[in-house]
Amino acid sequence: MSGGIEIPVRVVEIEQATATVKRFRFAPVSGEPLPPFSSGAHVVVLMPAADRTIRNAYSLIDRAEDGSSYRIGVLRTPQSRGGSAFMHEQVTVGTELKITMPVNLFPLVHAGRKHLLIAGGIGITPIFAMAEELRRTDASYEIHYAMRNTSSGAFVDELRARHGDKLKLYRDDFQETLAVDAILPNQPLGAHLYVCGPAGMIEAILEGGREAGWPEENLHSERFQAPPTGEPFSVRLAKAGIACEVRGDQSLLEALEQAGVDAPFLCRGGACGQCEAAVIEADGELVHNDHYLTEADRASGAKIMLCVSRLKGRELVLDL
Amino acid sequence: MTIQFKQETFRDDFTFSNSPEAIRRFPFPFDKDEYMYAVNIEQHMPGPVKSPFEFPIDIDEHYVSEMRDRALVLKEDPLRCQSLPHMITAEWDLLELLMESMAKNYPEHFTLTRDGDRWHWINRPLGIDQAFTFGDVSTLPQPPMEYVTRQCQGDFALLDQRLDNLWMDAGMITTQADWSLDFDIGMNFMEWHAPVPLAHDMGIFERALKFLLNLQQGRPVRRLNWTMTVNPRLDTSPENYHKWGADRTTVTPENVGDKVHLRVELQALWRLPRSNAIVFSIRAYMIKMNELVTIPKWGRRLHRVLRDLKPELADYKGLTRYRADTVAYLAKHDDGAPTSPGFFPDPE
Repeated sequence: MSGGIEIPVRVVEIEQATATVKRFRFAPVSGEPLPPFSSGAHVVVLMPAADRTIRNAYSLIDRAEDGSSYRIGVLRTPQSRGGSAFMHEQVTVGTELKITMPVNLFPLVHAGRKHLLIAGGIGITPIFAMAEELRRTDASYEIHYAMRNTSSGAFVDELRARHGDKLKLYRDDFQETLAVDAILPNQPLGAHLYVCGPAGMIEAILEGGREAGWPEENLHSERFQAPPTGEPFSVRLAKAGIACEVRGDQSLLEALEQAGVDAPFLCRGGACGQCEAAVIEADGELVHNDHYLTEADRASGAKIMLCVSRLKGRELVLDL
Repeated sequence: MTIQFKQETFRDDFTFSNSPEAIRRFPFPFDKDEYMYAVNIEQHMPGPVKSPFEFPIDIDEHYVSEMRDRALVLKEDPLRCQSLPHMITAEWDLLELLMESMAKNYPEHFTLTRDGDRWHWINRPLGIDQAFTFGDVSTLPQPPMEYVTRQCQGDFALLDQRLDNLWMDAGMITTQADWSLDFDIGMNFMEWHAPVPLAHDMGIFERALKFLLNLQQGRPVRRLNWTMTVNPRLDTSPENYHKWGADRTTVTPENVGDKVHLRVELQALWRLPRSNAIVFSIRAYMIKMNELVTIPKWGRRLHRVLRDLKPELADYKGLTRYRADTVAYLAKHDDGAPTSPGFFPDPE
């Protein structure tokens, strides 16, 4: 009952899209078509590193019509905990990996009258798929794509070819800035906004939306985050009778997996709620890094999300 | 495995009945001698051979007659099938799920051939042979959900997922236990469950919704629900209450065994791939009291469940008027012997 079905795939194409972004094309090892997915969905890629399996979530860019491949885009992050470095340095054409079934935590609202897609940097990957679905279904939409400079726009050419002047670019080196107050007011009733990018950008866009009078339920964001690092601590599972150490560069979920525990997860980014665990005892302070638990949940000290949250202290006892 | 399809009716002269094989495979819903709500959801994995859980979509001896009854319901009341415009992708997802499953598991009866988006569907029991283009509504005689569910047993609701809730935005509902698609369409999960007693206070719907919002592609789930029906009538809808409501007053100690039916719904939920919608299937199975007591364990157990059922639940399920007669009938088939755990009949 963990991440569910895993699909073995082979890397059949790698594109150096920009200095820091590579695009990977995965084909199914079995030859059976990869399942269709809804735009905004991600898969978790399982990477067999020397000492452990790294699991990172990546948005799906597209699927070949016959199901013969998926594409993902991976940014090489300077503070990589191993995942993006592994994808950039270890993976070559022919490498076999496993991926999970697609999961969508950033879906289009199909009942929406108009869709504003806003992407910053590598946040373009789910937006790319969403734009394609909106184009195909003849929906009303705009794409606003912000990037550091022209050469870091990993998807500009493909997007321009498909979406023409529905695509607006904001390039720092051209002194073009994505002005929230220019695009959010005066949108029609029933419009929905979707933003994916760096945390600061997401906050600014959502805040701009609220100021422009948008209802909270029409503002959508995807904030995948890598599990933050911290101090090491011990964890004990009361039911399973297992105890282990969580290293500073490791998440609680990763430590449990390494100890052989089949813990449930979907997004590994603090968004879906699947890995919620009950806290029996915490000798220290719970550091909640998720977007799932309510303020009341946090105040109770009774719950923790295994994928991104941790203990600042000595030992954590969970009801698992 | 070739199924012998029965010719029978679910209205007027009510000729419906179960063969001995159909009785043995009936999805009896009580695994112990008492009943209370639970979030009784499990993975919809292949179950025992010949059981209704063997395949994702179960086709049985009642197939042809049930499809004829559905056509009659739709002719009188087209609003039993409705779909909001944003659900068209989910409709195609549903068509794929049902056709793939039926063709794979009942190849004697159904064949699906795919060449890119050019599909060819053959349904032998209903005499249908249709070539069409997947994704192109103009190539089918009806919209995709209506087309495929006129050919598949069970009711189907398509639930759109947005704003951390599920919305009943499309469905084919002709064999329902007293609820209405026309009333519920556009409602969210909490709204359409509002009439259910007791379960809200137990927090069941919050937990069930949280679970379903994370339902994964490729990992469908199922649960059983139950009620009782007088006469083997599939269409016990609020729209037609004037036709069947009075049936509840016609039960007598002499006719209980033939008239009163346990009605079990095998409910399954799948995440649909292209639309991210969920399909909720509600497949009704009916069994007469005199068929049910041919399985001694079930006769004993149903007697104890009905005898001890909370009055709120008996009212909600609409069986208050004929409960006493039914309990008295079943008491004659309960010798007080202990029952074995689990749903399935004891080996003979």
